Amino acid sequence: MAACMSANRSENAFSANDLVPEWAQEEVSTGTTIMAVEFDGGVVIGADSRTTTGAYIANRVTDKLTPIHDHIFCCRPGSAADTQAVADAVTYQLGFHSIELDEPPLVQTAANLFKQMCYRYREELMAGIIVAGWDKRKGGQVYTVPMGGMIVRQPVSVGGSGSSYIYGFMDSNYKPGMTKEECLHFCTQALTLAMERDGSSGGVARLAAITEDGVERRVVLGNQLPKFSNV
Amino acid sequence: MATLSVCQQPIGGFSFEYCKRNAVLEFECNKLGHSIPAARKTGTTICGVVFKDGIVLGADTRATEGMIVADKNCSKIHYISPNIYCCGAGTAADTEMTTQIISSNLELHSLSTGRLPRVATANRMLKQMLFRYQGHIGAALVLGGVDCNGPHLYSIYPHGSTDKLPYVTMGSGSLAAMAVFEDRYEQNMEEEDAKRLVRDAIAAGIFNDLGSGSNIDLCVITKGKVDYLRPHDMANKKGVRRVHELEALPRP
Repeated sequence: MAACMSANRSENAFSANDLVPEWAQEEVSTGTTIMAVEFDGGVVIGADSRTTTGAYIANRVTDKLTPIHDHIFCCRPGSAADTQAVADAVTYQLGFHSIELDEPPLVQTAANLFKQMCYRYREELMAGIIVAGWDKRKGGQVYTVPMGGMIVRQPVSVGGSGSSYIYGFMDSNYKPGMTKEECLHFCTQALTLAMERDGSSGGVARLAAITEDGVERRVVLGNQLPKFSNV
Repeated sequence: MATLSVCQQPIGGFSFEYCKRNAVLEFECNKLGHSIPAARKTGTTICGVVFKDGIVLGADTRATEGMIVADKNCSKIHYISPNIYCCGAGTAADTEMTTQIISSNLELHSLSTGRLPRVATANRMLKQMLFRYQGHIGAALVLGGVDCNGPHLYSIYPHGSTDKLPYVTMGSGSLAAMAVFEDRYEQNMEEEDAKRLVRDAIAAGIFNDLGSGSNIDLCVITKGKVDYLRPHDMANKKGVRRVHELEALPRP
């Protein structure tokens, strides 16, 4: 893991050059819209698929829903390098812990591992994570670990740069006690609205429903997203 | 260079000991009216594509130092293992050294496991090393190879993030090359079609980007065979000077 670094993490050793355009020197960021919703029996998580370096889209089909264990996923907005490295480290730690315990790990454990890493390296990392999954003890759970390293359990959570545009939609349309299909529909609509308005979010909408039986993944392509206005 | 220490984790992070000395030297140099030499960057167009039986990697051959072409025919496709090759964009020294270090570690790993190395292993090693240096190593890589699980292609950014995709481009000419790919890429292409597509993508970068130029190198990796085609296409041949009649006469 990253040892202690100089405070100026934005400076690079090589200087800017006319021949290398600005976006090639920018750090890769998953601008993003992510969200997670609990329902009785599991969780539904969703994300867009755009990764940007400055103004260029480096990957238009990114999978931001990362499995960290059989029934636990995380959504990764923020710096692509930071979130990939943290997710890899937590996957390893959780796998080790699960083998020691000889039983599937709790979602709360996974969330706390993320929190420990995000809090300790809070100055160096740019990563806000949503951890969601199913375990035997508490069923479907969603934990948010924003930048800075707080941890809080919420029934529904949105994150990333596109989340600002859908807080109103989320507050007005979320009802406790939805079924899995209703949650998937709710997520699709929310992601569509955010992708429509946020420049750093776009591509396809990736969804996953995690229950006791396993993970069911869905992709909604760009032209199949729900239409809200005729403008 | 110590041999055993290569495979061990180095302690601490990047060493900034010489920064103050370098700043003083630069100041003294500037006082005398000279500037310190710039790092040689490979402006570059590199790309890779997955086809039916394997991977095609492509690269241009120009290395720039500021506004001057430092090397007209440099080799940007680096060997990692018999079944894995890596194209490098960014600072030339960084891509050279990073790929050599990982190639060496991967060979040791392969001897320990007794198996042909997997592309995912090389990807993991590269991303962990680049993340450790927090983007100060200016190496943007396109890693491709064929292993027991089939062909794999990764793009690796200097800060340590990676993407696994069927077609990737990197470098200053990557937009031009990506335009060609987005237009003509298909799944399960034949080898000749894939080679033509990569050649055209690199050519787009060479002719539309100032940081890329000269020839096109290709590397075709399939199960059990690697074709390293250098040069595959000399897109910018130097012309032959026309000899003037008077100059053709023997000198007295």
